[in-house]
Amino acid sequence: MTLIDTIVQGILLGGLYALFAAGLSLTFGVMRLVNLAHGDLIVMGAYLILLFVTVLGIDPFLAAVIAAPLMFGLGYGVQHFVLNRTLGKDILPPLLVTFGLSIALQNLMLQSFSADSRKIPGGALETASLNLGGVTVGILPLLTFASSILVIVALNQLFYRTSLGRAFRATSDDPVTARLMGIRPQTIFSQATAISMLVVTLAALYLGMRANFDPSIGPARLIYAFEAVIIGGLGSLWGTLAGGIIIGVAQTLGASINPEWQILSGHIAFLIVLIVRPRGLFPRAYD
Amino acid sequence: MLLETRDLTAFYGDFQALFGVNIRLGEGETIAIIGANGAGKTTLLRSISGVIDNHAGMVRFEGNPVGDVAADAMVTRGIAMVPEGRKLFPSLSVEENLMIGAYCGRPGKHWNLEAIYELFPILREKRTNPSTSLSGGQQQMVAIGRALMSNPRVLLCDEISLGLAPVVIKDIYANIPKIKAAGASVIIVEQDVGQALKVADRVYCMMEGRISLSGKPSEITREQVHAAYFGATA
Repeated sequence: MTLIDTIVQGILLGGLYALFAAGLSLTFGVMRLVNLAHGDLIVMGAYLILLFVTVLGIDPFLAAVIAAPLMFGLGYGVQHFVLNRTLGKDILPPLLVTFGLSIALQNLMLQSFSADSRKIPGGALETASLNLGGVTVGILPLLTFASSILVIVALNQLFYRTSLGRAFRATSDDPVTARLMGIRPQTIFSQATAISMLVVTLAALYLGMRANFDPSIGPARLIYAFEAVIIGGLGSLWGTLAGGIIIGVAQTLGASINPEWQILSGHIAFLIVLIVRPRGLFPRAYD
Repeated sequence: MLLETRDLTAFYGDFQALFGVNIRLGEGETIAIIGANGAGKTTLLRSISGVIDNHAGMVRFEGNPVGDVAADAMVTRGIAMVPEGRKLFPSLSVEENLMIGAYCGRPGKHWNLEAIYELFPILREKRTNPSTSLSGGQQQMVAIGRALMSNPRVLLCDEISLGLAPVVIKDIYANIPKIKAAGASVIIVEQDVGQALKVADRVYCMMEGRISLSGKPSEITREQVHAAYFGATA
């Protein structure tokens, strides 16, 4: 029963990692650019939500609703004014800019919120749990997992059912030909980053309510997110969820053997998948 | 004049690809640009479609200078291109490839999915297939349909016969009059001279970045074309 419990907790943790990864998967899928500041943006989102919770005295979920449009605008602005100017044939300049952005954000948060670790108060939700016949699961992890599935469904609908989604995929395939369709790749990139920031806000909410955070933890979240995207296969959102779950389960299994092995186990699972399926579990048929 | 170029020049870095090219396209007209590989035909189309940036006055559309207008804005203005090599989007199905052609939301009534499926009935059967699973000829139909979906005033066709079987080429060219009848003027870039002369109202022959011959197909002789194409008399 302990093993089942460990696996269930790992799956639920995978939901959080999938949330970290879904936004990254979206922008990476459209632009083929890894935003190295993705983890720091999640942490920044958590601080923003915490700020609203403490200053306005409101519920974290309501605070996230207020933070979401701000993050959306920030994403659009950063992409439009900074990253789009560096995008070109050479992948290195935009990559370096996101690296710089990561460092700048960490220092900005350090300056504004100090190095003390903080937590978004979740109230009764933090300890609420549900007994599923022998396995007890927390309501918060359950909500996190449900949210990750909702996000993946919503992003899939966006990608495969809307005109904007078609433009995302067309631009990802061939930005030069996309222009001949009247699509402006730069605008598409800005829209993709803005939408990914909505997912980032949701990830920030659960990250901040689940455990303590401080300005330095962003890069590790980026690694988990990146591993989930790679395990799942580039361009597959359900693959990203599967990737998150694999890392989550590997971490809880590792931790159940020895608490020090938690993080390492996730990385080892990532390496094993890479060795067995170098293109991930659900890669696109072309590329 | 619907579309014209005036002393159009184009460069790839230091290399000059076009030297003062002048062409004119009237309302409802089909013109063909013929010439050997490297003569500058594709560069001419890329300049008109906005893929290559030029001085504003070098390309005029409906009387306005548009040489410096970007490719995405040119589609909205009414110039659509069928690129060389078809360039379908591999992650989109056949129908999605057609629909993306209408992304710019240009108003126009004639061309919609139904009209494209009437023009190329085979595409209706294949509409949910990945675009990459189609034969070369069918892919070319998708590429033409995709460009038409923006209801263009000018349709630019770059080497639409390239790599296709003669019978397929004939089928595709048979639709050009229908496209014209629906209100689009057409510029065809072709290496297949015979095919080009059959459908065009006027022909321009290019050589080394310049127009070496122009006229109505009925007025120019085979020898003239040969000389303008290869730079030597037959």
